Amino acid sequence: MRRTFKKGGVHPPDMKERTRDVPIAEFPAPALVMIPMAQHFGSPALPVVGAGDKVAKGQLIGKADGRMSANVHSSVSGKVLRLEEKFTPQGRACKTVVIENDNSGIWADEIPCGRDWRAMSPKEIVEAVAAGGVVGMGGAAFPAHVKLEPPHEKPIDTAILNGVECEPYLTIDHRLMVERAAEIITGLRIIAKAVAAKEMVVGIESNKPEALKAMNAAAAGGGIRVEALDVKYPQGGEKQLIAALTGREVPPGKLPFDVGCVVHNVGTAWAIFNAVAKCVPLIERPLTISGDAIERPANLMVPIGTPVGAVIEHCGLDQKVKKILSGGPMMGMAIADPTIPVVKGMSGILALKKVPHDISGPCIRCGRCIEVCPLGGIASEMARAIEAGAIVDYEHLHVFDCMECGSCSFVCPAGRNLVQYVRQAKEEASYRRELHRKQQAKKQI
Amino acid sequence: MIQQFPKTLIVGPGPHISGADSTSSIMWSVVIALVPAFIFSMANFGWYAGAVTITAVVSAVATEWAIQRMRKVSVTITDGSAAVTGLLLAFTLPPGVPLYVAALGSVFSIAVAKHAFGGLGMNIWNPALAGRAFISAAYSSALFMPKWPVLSSIFSGDIRTLDAVTMATPCAILQSDPAAIFQHYRLWDLFIGRIPGSIGETSALALLIGAAFLMVRKIIDWRLPVAYILTVALLVILFPVRAADGTIAGFWQASFWADPVFVLERSLAHALSGGLVMGAFFMATDMVTSPITKKGQAMFGAGCGVLVAVIRVYGGYPEGVCYSILLMNTVVWAIDNMTKPKFFGERAHA
Ligand code: SF4
Ligand code: SF4
Repeated sequence: MRRTFKKGGVHPPDMKERTRDVPIAEFPAPALVMIPMAQHFGSPALPVVGAGDKVAKGQLIGKADGRMSANVHSSVSGKVLRLEEKFTPQGRACKTVVIENDNSGIWADEIPCGRDWRAMSPKEIVEAVAAGGVVGMGGAAFPAHVKLEPPHEKPIDTAILNGVECEPYLTIDHRLMVERAAEIITGLRIIAKAVAAKEMVVGIESNKPEALKAMNAAAAGGGIRVEALDVKYPQGGEKQLIAALTGREVPPGKLPFDVGCVVHNVGTAWAIFNAVAKCVPLIERPLTISGDAIERPANLMVPIGTPVGAVIEHCGLDQKVKKILSGGPMMGMAIADPTIPVVKGMSGILALKKVPHDISGPCIRCGRCIEVCPLGGIASEMARAIEAGAIVDYEHLHVFDCMECGSCSFVCPAGRNLVQYVRQAKEEASYRRELHRKQQAKKQI
Repeated sequence: MIQQFPKTLIVGPGPHISGADSTSSIMWSVVIALVPAFIFSMANFGWYAGAVTITAVVSAVATEWAIQRMRKVSVTITDGSAAVTGLLLAFTLPPGVPLYVAALGSVFSIAVAKHAFGGLGMNIWNPALAGRAFISAAYSSALFMPKWPVLSSIFSGDIRTLDAVTMATPCAILQSDPAAIFQHYRLWDLFIGRIPGSIGETSALALLIGAAFLMVRKIIDWRLPVAYILTVALLVILFPVRAADGTIAGFWQASFWADPVFVLERSLAHALSGGLVMGAFFMATDMVTSPITKKGQAMFGAGCGVLVAVIRVYGGYPEGVCYSILLMNTVVWAIDNMTKPKFFGERAHA
């Protein structure tokens, strides 16, 4: 029996055939790019350029604001037109640098470079990753350098690469593994060196035989374990992947560090390789463009800041489209503005004609949401408590520990969007915290 | 060039795909699963049994419609849940019951047992069984069948006018004189259902065909019905009884095991008679009124089984399925509390 995580999970149709074998093509940089300062988890970067400034490709345009933040670089060479307030695909409004592409493609000084990562100390590696503005490319966009600096009291023994790609439609991690296996594997070695991990493991679902083959070949003889995992959503969840590969369970409210693991997406490993070995910052990312409303599905390497509408135009859109998504159909966000830019954490753009009916009825207590919850949560009760505003029940129901994988909503026969209740509760809580903070601040004055 | 998006784009929250089942696909699957038993009921008792069933279903659906209009909520009669209630209620009634009694039972099931509690998903007691309990209380005489037809080739006959002989139901015999059960019925008859009893309950075979379909569709789980039936089958044998001479007799005595085949057969006869199969697979498994986790459902089944065994061995009723489930429905909240899943990464509570 192949491995997978034990508790819960669902099997949505994988829908990957349309782009599985389509090689990653370069998407030409558009005339205008709009690069948001808040593409990552944490504080937005602080812009270091102004209107009228000339910028080169790979030049720093936003400086990380503190440790939990990330640098932002220009993806083209050209001129800064303006800084504007704009929404990211995650629905976060932030400062966005609009750059006119001069199509010269001139790199900033000293990029790319050639350096020997083996000669670099862990500290130098972390600095290089931070300098390159690398963030998690699987979706959460967590600053990668933070994950490379575990607290001293928490030794890491296992560095894990996440090549699961359990979201339907998406094939970009798959293509990256097929086409850039050697770079990804080097990325893993760099990660393992930074955190001083002895073990290196790559988790890939068994529906990607080609990726498994390529990664096995690239890892051959190097003390790296490439594991074929049973297909089950959400295996790409950090906690699920750790459980599947090591049998360890990360307790609620804790991090992979706490069980001696660090997990990076394969795309992130590739970006780490670029930043460390080649001095190339994260200014482009691979994307899957798919869905039944896309006429020419593709895997594309797209400059950060490219408007989503330009990418879709390239692939052809059926006007009967119902939803356009940033990310996969399980955890992605619906977007409606074609000028929203491609960001570091975006793994795909999907255009769907067929979407679930928007009818929801009362809970019939079928228990399916409980059965599929990979965390052992009781989504039906969470939703009921949130609906009733019963905040006292949130804690024992683990509302704030929910990873928002959407498995519960996916199976609910009553059509209740259970995970949406959780998101709402989390938003309300952060709003209340903010309010409280402001009131405290007022009292101080 | 930037592709403009059509104005009709939806920006609802994810997930943006959903699983195959809906409330109505589940409910209609239950209806389909009850079709074999429905057909068998007419084969066994004649067309009138079908008329009772249809009456109960129509009444249930009409009541649902009327109440939803009155409550000014959306009308959901096409979701199949009222039809299921009507079907199951009819299946618990004797085949000669007056049509108006069946209709009134459905009205009670839907109006009181379901909607007075807030409608689908909110009711505590299984609506069909609550309706059945209501009829037992209000129209007990209508449920009393003094005579059962001779069960042969009556597909087309009318049970109310057929020449009938007095036949006791298997359950009644099991209660009054268990030793005599196989003088009246063969186990095979009990299994295929050529026996007197309520409309839908007699044929274990027909019910199991439907139940298998629901289990394959993952709409019901085997744990609950199996725990239920096994508990009954075991306890009806293991419970000590007072023999005619006043002594306590039970399994610890050598004489009890004098005929082990009979012990087994008697246990099987209990399992196959009196609505237990129907109750276990179709009533106790009602999602709304049973525990939400599989572990809880198994406990619920075992609890129902204990109650049935107590009622059959020590109680006044020969039956017990209906009340066992209604009683266990009442404590579902406690079972749910006891069987909460362990949260990921948390140590199991000692
Ligand atoms: S969204 Fe939350 S509650 Fe629902 S299945 Fe995922 S983790 Fe469990
Ligand atoms: S899946 Fe939906 S209907 Fe079933 S128990 Fe959960 S919330 Fe209720």
